[in-house]
Amino acid sequence: MSKRIDVKDLNVYYGDFLAVEDVSINIEAKSVTAFIGPSGCGKSTFLRTLNRMHEVIPGARVEGEVLLDGDNLYGPGVDPVTVRSQIGMVFQRPNPFPTMSIRDNVLAGVKLNNKKISKGEADVLVERSLKGANLWNEVKDRLAKPGSGLSGGQQQRLCIARAIAVEPQVILMDEPCSALDPISTLAIEDLINELKDQYTVVIVTHNMQQAARVSDKTAFFNIAGTGKPGKLIEYGDTHTIFSNPVQKATEDYVSGRFG
Amino acid sequence: MTSTLTPVRSKRSALTKGQLPKYAPYAVLAGALILGAAVLALIGFNPFGWGLVSAILFAVGLVSWSAAVEGSRKAKDKLATCLVVGSFLVALLPLVSVIWTVLVNGIPGLLDPGFLTTSMNGVTGAFDNKAVESGGPVMGGIYHALLGTVQITLLATVISVPVGLLTAIYLVEYGHDGRLAKAITFFVDVMTGIPSIVAGLFAAAFFFAVVGPGTKTGAVAAVALSVLMIPVVVRSSEEMLKIVPNELREAAYALGVRKWRTILKVVIPTAISGIASGVTLAIARVIGETAPILVTAGFATSINSNVFGGWMASLPTFIYTQILNPTSPSNPGPSSQRAWGAALVLIILVMVLNLVARLIARIFAPKKGR
Repeated sequence: MSKRIDVKDLNVYYGDFLAVEDVSINIEAKSVTAFIGPSGCGKSTFLRTLNRMHEVIPGARVEGEVLLDGDNLYGPGVDPVTVRSQIGMVFQRPNPFPTMSIRDNVLAGVKLNNKKISKGEADVLVERSLKGANLWNEVKDRLAKPGSGLSGGQQQRLCIARAIAVEPQVILMDEPCSALDPISTLAIEDLINELKDQYTVVIVTHNMQQAARVSDKTAFFNIAGTGKPGKLIEYGDTHTIFSNPVQKATEDYVSGRFG
Repeated sequence: MTSTLTPVRSKRSALTKGQLPKYAPYAVLAGALILGAAVLALIGFNPFGWGLVSAILFAVGLVSWSAAVEGSRKAKDKLATCLVVGSFLVALLPLVSVIWTVLVNGIPGLLDPGFLTTSMNGVTGAFDNKAVESGGPVMGGIYHALLGTVQITLLATVISVPVGLLTAIYLVEYGHDGRLAKAITFFVDVMTGIPSIVAGLFAAAFFFAVVGPGTKTGAVAAVALSVLMIPVVVRSSEEMLKIVPNELREAAYALGVRKWRTILKVVIPTAISGIASGVTLAIARVIGETAPILVTAGFATSINSNVFGGWMASLPTFIYTQILNPTSPSNPGPSSQRAWGAALVLIILVMVLNLVARLIARIFAPKKGR
């Protein structure tokens, strides 16, 4: 239940502005890939193009191909809704639906799409998803309570549970720990390690230790200057990127000499 | 051991030196009231002048005492406090006065037998003359007008809410600040400023042209009221939809939910409390309109429960006709009593609607519990 992503010569534009230039990258199935780089270098923008979430931003468009197990996400007639149901996303700030209970938040992907689901099946799905997000023990006695009553870290794990409840092939995470304390961050990182047994995980992070801890492969993005497009500088095994990078810019960044 | 502790001073603390005593404002107030009464007694006493003179004396007295004892910074603070409180009282004065007048004049009308359950059908000047001469109860009631107000307002709401809400959804979710969205926003703003009589004339002319000359029914009045209501509903719903965080929409999209289902199941439920209270306030705004109803529904003295046929009474037009054309021209007392009673009912209706708006906002608000 996981697919690989191959990106070929992808350019991302905001209107006429070229935000990310010429990215080609192969993301393995059942692995964790981390995107690192300074702020504004286009990591998050690029991540959003992997499930067409950039289309929510007015004026954003792409050129190039993103292949999910060989199927082009940007092929003619492809519905972005289908893409997003296969490639889930977790955001920087935890965003459970405030009008729904914890249980309904987990079932949101199913219920909002008006799929019929029996109560028994729903119970199984809720328990499986919450266990998958390491949240079951903390919330099993208050599933009917609103999700907004949880702590920030619990809310973020609820959002992960909500994402895996629709059984995607790939999970994209856009700085999932940047609003969380170290303990909650650790819980999410442990979870990412478990998730890669079943899913392809792509994570954007500003925390290089986090990238080194959780990812199998790391991609370093950089930007030449303000107004210039972001580029993929180097992509390789996390170990190589952090200990023996090929590019000088990568070495400077991971060793903290700049950025 | 006790010697190490600083003994608690029974005299005033050094830290509170140079402050006015706590009773200062009350003392100044008492002085100002007495002095004000004395001044007014010289030129002829009236309560309004007494309040005004006392207020000025109070402000001057407190500020100058404070300036003498506490220094200029505290004195300026006292002056600002006096101005703020004074403005608040001035703003409150008309409200209290209106409620007081309506209560005093309206309660006798409200207590008339059958005031809420009978209409003016068959109530002639002779009844009023008899009521005045023999001191009997005032006959007639506002049932027909109450029924008309409720029906006309309900129909106006049924027309305005879908139109207004859908317009707001278009503006926020689909308009992207494009030309059409900008044009709609502009015209909604213009519509907000339309005088109510113009809305009434529009509805009347529209139905004259479509249905036939002389068409005056509750439905025409409802159309006129919705012309006034729609911009209010659009504006309030738009603001409410705008403050729904974009993250919630993105969260839904990322789950593979279609845009219209996201709007229906995530955006609107999140904003429903604000939308509902906005709608209720829009109803409260149009329920007291007189002019548009007068030219579209006319006025009736008997019960008409068919909103699509025949002239219809409403509370504002009832008040208007009772005051302007008393049932008994020689004894206008009973008519004015009925008018005040109707005014009281109207105010109670608006107040209940405001309370309902708050209740709705609280019931639908996203739960915060743990």
